[in-house]
Amino acid sequence: MSTPYAKLPAWADYGLIPLINLAVAFIVAGLVVLLVGENPFRAAAILVEGAFGRGQGIAYTLFYATNFIFTGLAVAVAMHAGLFNIGGEGQAYVAGLGVGLVCLALDRVVPWYVTFPFAIAGAALFGAAWAFIPAYLQAKRGSHIVITTIMFNMIAASLMIYVLRDILKPEAMQEVKTRMLEAGAQLPRLNWIIELFGTARIRSAPFNVSFLLALVMAYLVWLLIWRTKLGYEIRTFGFSQKAARYAGISEVRVTIIAMLISGALAGMMSINAIMGDQHSVYVDLAGGAGFIGIAVALMGRAHPVGIILASILFGMLYQGGAELSFEMPAISRDMIVIIQGLVILFAGALEHMFRPYIQTLFASISPKSVGMAAVKGEGA
Amino acid sequence: MSFFDVIIQTLDSTIRLSVPLLLACLAGLYSERSGIFDIGLEGKMLAAAFAGAAAASVFHSAWIGLGIAILVSVSLALVHGFASITHRGNQIVSGLAINFVAAGSTIILGQAWFQQGGRTPALAPNERFEAITLPGADAIREVPIIGPIYSELISGHSLLVYVAFLAVPFTWWVLFRTRFGLRLRAVGENPAAVDTAGISVAWLRYRAVICTGVLTAIAGAYLSMVQSGGFVKDMTAGKGYIALAALIFAKWRPVNAMFACLLFGFLDALAIRLQGAPLPIIGKVPVQLMQALPYILTVILLAGFIGKAIPPRAGGVPYVKER
Repeated sequence: MSTPYAKLPAWADYGLIPLINLAVAFIVAGLVVLLVGENPFRAAAILVEGAFGRGQGIAYTLFYATNFIFTGLAVAVAMHAGLFNIGGEGQAYVAGLGVGLVCLALDRVVPWYVTFPFAIAGAALFGAAWAFIPAYLQAKRGSHIVITTIMFNMIAASLMIYVLRDILKPEAMQEVKTRMLEAGAQLPRLNWIIELFGTARIRSAPFNVSFLLALVMAYLVWLLIWRTKLGYEIRTFGFSQKAARYAGISEVRVTIIAMLISGALAGMMSINAIMGDQHSVYVDLAGGAGFIGIAVALMGRAHPVGIILASILFGMLYQGGAELSFEMPAISRDMIVIIQGLVILFAGALEHMFRPYIQTLFASISPKSVGMAAVKGEGA
Repeated sequence: MSFFDVIIQTLDSTIRLSVPLLLACLAGLYSERSGIFDIGLEGKMLAAAFAGAAAASVFHSAWIGLGIAILVSVSLALVHGFASITHRGNQIVSGLAINFVAAGSTIILGQAWFQQGGRTPALAPNERFEAITLPGADAIREVPIIGPIYSELISGHSLLVYVAFLAVPFTWWVLFRTRFGLRLRAVGENPAAVDTAGISVAWLRYRAVICTGVLTAIAGAYLSMVQSGGFVKDMTAGKGYIALAALIFAKWRPVNAMFACLLFGFLDALAIRLQGAPLPIIGKVPVQLMQALPYILTVILLAGFIGKAIPPRAGGVPYVKER
């Protein structure tokens, strides 16, 4: 992207500025805590303690992080193509139907490791399909992808409630969800990995195999974006559509493929929710993870490593936030929604706010580091 | 109940349901016409609904409530302006951020201040904008056809309803008959030309987002102080997004916006009235389909199958002054 700003050393660009933005977001969140009459430092301490203090907390943190890695990668892939996929929420939700259909068909017949690959395919297929129409409309008919994906989130919510209530719900059941999935569709837990580090026995955390799937996907996304021809095309297209056009890159192809991959990744989030945790397809199974993916991708600078770190941070907020609401009744889990909004604001929309100051600072300490030729990042 | 009464009642609830959409839609119109995309209508409406109801119940005055609602909503609009005008940030990202901040903080602050599970205290009659009976409404109630239309449909709404519908011609007048409106439209199409003429692009856009803030505030106040007697968490429930859809549906024109909002309001009213009862000819329509219809229609419109919706040309693009 052509920013009207001079270059900074890489570590400042990818480390310092995001950290400053994050810090400001948390300071503002701290003010909100102050506003409801609690001590923000104590709140932060409880939060971190709740997320990492015990094995149980760590397992939950990583369980939530799994969701956010998937949706964060989804947003990032689209972002590299210069597309803003706001529809991860809907894609994940509809993908839940794909996973559900696979699981309902197989869970009584085969063991989980046979169901798993089919479920991945189902999630990817349904998620990608839900992203396809907005992608096609953007590529072929020029309708703004942000608006269409928002609309598709809304349509997904209505569609899924209809499907769950009127088609998949067993007659006898009160709650709107499918029947409970049996062993063939339940992913094994990974809590033993955390127990290896000598924590107490973890009873109930739903930390499961899909975390590994998320890591594999993060690696594949890195491979795709930085080591393949398609990835190069995606990045070129995102950097400058005009340049991509002159280079003979098909806009339609890149837009549609990037969105299909994005939708598929967002869709896999539903595996964690359905096969890893609830063992049924239920209402609002994406639970906002699609939107957190946006914060995660912005914070992680659309790089898989950054996304994993940012996901763990948000996983921590989710888990720690739950603990926090026990200790401080004035602060419910909705605090995370505020933090999420502030992170999106400061790491996304206002990402350049502190840049001029930091540049001035760098220029006064070491003029070479912001000089025209010296952009390698030695010095400073 | 006769068929005529059913129609009157459905239309009456159509009006009630389309008012918040209409106000939010016109709000978005000012901003987007000036070249600032705003998907944060939802958040501003929600924050205003909370601020309005909270202030009204604390100060025992609907007007103070409305004032505070405007204050809060305009502040959020200015944050959006600060990010997208001054710092040339991504407008979609900024709008989204405002939606989350509003969604979270209304619940947190509501719970901390009132301890009613995110609700504000129920508002007394003088803390709400109550229904106004237009002159002569009671006198002609018994007259067939015209009576019910006047006394049920046109009279008997809250002040804010009339404000909403008067805002339509007013917006049209501002946009197409004043100098400010001409410049507003110009800055959304070609900011460089406006800049060349010696008019500040940033100041114009800031004024546009302030207009947006005021109108979303009234929309929010309507939800919490007219439609229901207090704030309930997440009470906008996607209305900001429907308003956005209506704005596109209306092709960024005020009078079209009114019809789009009335259409979407009518669909909502119909869905409530039918509650899954079968329709003649079509048969049983799932409630969910009715709810999704505004979004589906908008997507079809965006796809270019019902005319073409062309947004303001400079929309979403931060303006960088030539150096």
